[in-house]
Amino acid sequence: MQKSLTFRAALLSLLLLGCLLGLWQLATQGTATAAAPAAAMTPEQIEYAKLMGKPVDAAPATTKSGFPTPAQMGATIGRQLADPFYDRGPNDKGLGLQLAYSLGRVGLGYLLAALVAIPLGFVIGMSPLIYRALDPFIQVLKPISPLAWMPLALYTIKDSAASGIFVIFICSLWPMLINTAFGVAGVRREWLNVARTLEVGPVRRAFEVILPAAAPTILTGMRISMGIAWLVIVAAEMLVGGTGIGYFVWNEWNNLSLPNVLMAILVIGVVGMLLDLAFARCQKWVTYAD
Amino acid sequence: MPTELVQVQGLAKRYGDATVFDGVNFTLTEGEFVCIIGHSGCGKTTILNVLAGLEQASSGHVFMANREVAGPGLERGVVFQGHALMPWLTVRQNIAFAVRSKWPDWSRAQVDAQVVKYVELVGLGAHLDKKPSQLSGGMKQRVGIARAFAIEPRMLLLDEPFGALDALTRGTIQDELLKICAATKQTVFMITHDVDEAILLADRILLMANGPQARIAEIVVNTMPRDRQRATLHHDPQYYPIRNHLVDFLVARSAGLSGGRAPEHPPEVRPGLAPSAEIIPLDPHPHTSRSTA
Repeated sequence: MQKSLTFRAALLSLLLLGCLLGLWQLATQGTATAAAPAAAMTPEQIEYAKLMGKPVDAAPATTKSGFPTPAQMGATIGRQLADPFYDRGPNDKGLGLQLAYSLGRVGLGYLLAALVAIPLGFVIGMSPLIYRALDPFIQVLKPISPLAWMPLALYTIKDSAASGIFVIFICSLWPMLINTAFGVAGVRREWLNVARTLEVGPVRRAFEVILPAAAPTILTGMRISMGIAWLVIVAAEMLVGGTGIGYFVWNEWNNLSLPNVLMAILVIGVVGMLLDLAFARCQKWVTYAD
Repeated sequence: MPTELVQVQGLAKRYGDATVFDGVNFTLTEGEFVCIIGHSGCGKTTILNVLAGLEQASSGHVFMANREVAGPGLERGVVFQGHALMPWLTVRQNIAFAVRSKWPDWSRAQVDAQVVKYVELVGLGAHLDKKPSQLSGGMKQRVGIARAFAIEPRMLLLDEPFGALDALTRGTIQDELLKICAATKQTVFMITHDVDEAILLADRILLMANGPQARIAEIVVNTMPRDRQRATLHHDPQYYPIRNHLVDFLVARSAGLSGGRAPEHPPEVRPGLAPSAEIIPLDPHPHTSRSTA
């Protein structure tokens, strides 16, 4: 029964994908044939086309719609996947290379955020005084769009690559910090009492009681942070430029290469999904049934 | 000559103007099993937590082996009401956590041997590597008991350990506890709501009056032989006098002794040895009505 449900769900997914591709094909085909032939043009338009150096009497096939058909898209995907790591100067790098830049930035910013957020979250969670003292700051800083920090980061750090990492850092910080504090504060009193009656020292208590008890909550925060970081990196790289998947999207838009933009969108989605899956796996690993 | 292991002197707990209990005095002798019975809210758990060092009393002192109890310590093992096992650890790891706390220098093999010994004592040898979520409520509580015993404390504190268990499981674990205590000569202080449980397990039963300003009103000495068993307990002629005394106290007398009307130094009574005239007849119908029928 369970298996047949999975099978049917997969079938439905494939069907939906087929419908989507079919619609796409129809829509793009429609614009291709509707591309105005010379006969439908006013004399002024013909004049203009001639001035622009475009052939007026050419077959409609040459006047392409900018939006690719599924077949063209397939070709682009094939080409990009065949050679993802080429490097032909600053404006022409392979998708894999750009992705690696983005992942590197996200990884570094995220790691720094984890190094700050988890210990700080521990302290906040364990001390009601510090929790109350820091709460107003967290509440004000949390809703700020990470990109709003960008000018400040560029001014103070004076390095665009580091500013990108800083933006990732700041956006990953809050969910991890808040969830760690919440998880640590919510560790059950009875487990702490067990540790107390066994005269367990503070270090051992932190690592052997509080950390495993709060781990599921902490990991939820880390998962949310990673999701946000992956959303923000695209926007940050569009602003900062130079390298990365966000920059690639913007650059291909400037090149008016929509197949490449679509390809990048697809890759961003898949990588985001894989990152989330990895965290879901970790989460499952630390979760305990009570 | 048995020695006094624990002395509780003038213990009181107040929250603002409200006095939960005050003037609580009792002693525990080495190797003795003492139960405390009383209605909810009279402060039994607070007294146990003060003995454990987990809570501070408003006034009064607790001495153990002539030293004042100031905080929690490894010489006092606690079995918590809700087993308090760590759900991310297996049975083995849960008990090893306690064993390593007591003997940090022990080798892995030594720790494991101690763990296995006490898990087998509560009859869970086959479940060593299961997580608590895979165990039934009774098994979890047994692991909790094994964990408390494994650190070989001088005194064991049990906070209504069988409260959440069904009657059958409760009986089995009571037997086990009785067996282990007899073997280890463990000093035990236990909270219970169950009169029969107290009679089966305890050498002395502290009867606590109702709050506010609750006190220990009376100490019932269990004069039945110590090798009593659950199966034969109710055939002992002393059983019903003791049981009736306890039930009478809980149902009728405890309320009248609230508000500090109970004595600060409770008398010891031995209802099991009382003359038979005092025994309340078990048959609710007088014999005469039977004979006429």
